[in-house]
Amino acid sequence: MLALYSNPRLLSAVRGAVERLTETLGFTAVQCRSITRAVDEAVTNIVRHSYGNRLDKPIAMYFRSTQRQHEGEVQHGLEILLCDRGPEVDASKLKGRPLEKIRPGGLGMHLIHQAMDTVEFTRKGPTNRLRLVKYLAPVSNAS
Amino acid sequence: MQIFARRYDKTTIFDLSGDIDFANSPEVRQSLLREIRENRTPRVVVNLSQVRYIDSSGVASLVEGLKASRDLGSRFGLFGLSTAARETLQLSRLIKVFEVHENEEQALAS
Repeated sequence: MLALYSNPRLLSAVRGAVERLTETLGFTAVQCRSITRAVDEAVTNIVRHSYGNRLDKPIAMYFRSTQRQHEGEVQHGLEILLCDRGPEVDASKLKGRPLEKIRPGGLGMHLIHQAMDTVEFTRKGPTNRLRLVKYLAPVSNAS
Repeated sequence: MQIFARRYDKTTIFDLSGDIDFANSPEVRQSLLREIRENRTPRVVVNLSQVRYIDSSGVASLVEGLKASRDLGSRFGLFGLSTAARETLQLSRLIKVFEVHENEEQALAS
């Protein structure tokens, strides 16, 4: 579990922790970078949109190993749960914008969805919960 | 993250290094837009070879630089894309909208 305040200066520490964890769990270098990027974007979204750039609000991150049955085999993975106490988020805005238009902004959710196998948002009581899961690719398909 | 500007006759090269994220991308944006809009530099190129990480807000800063250049009829390009920079630009499908060069020599010769 990682507990931090909503200060963007802490993003580098989050990236460092996630990158080391994903390396340890056996994800490929490309997957380590993409998972790290997804978590960084998710925390940035909390800072920007849930807390309106306030620096002193709580963010909790939980990490655990998970597994699923996939095509007859057990597939191991990493589950990350990000929790914040901001206002309820409109889940329909968490899909990412189409990329056809050349304009700044709105890329974060797109990068999250590209990186992760599961992206689920729920509201539980006063807490926004974003659940991210990435499964290890079979060795032959690793990229 | 560090920003270093090298100014030549009609070109300014920005050497960016380190991690570009939400904590410091406004600094990148401000530097690029000042050079394009206030200094009216005819060509701005950004060296991304020493960028270890760039997030969507960093990419958005580059896009803003590109759009500002287009509005003023000047040029805006990138060179020396690090692995991290190339990945983020490719995943956001924005790499094709930039003038991208392998290195500084090619960028200046173009």
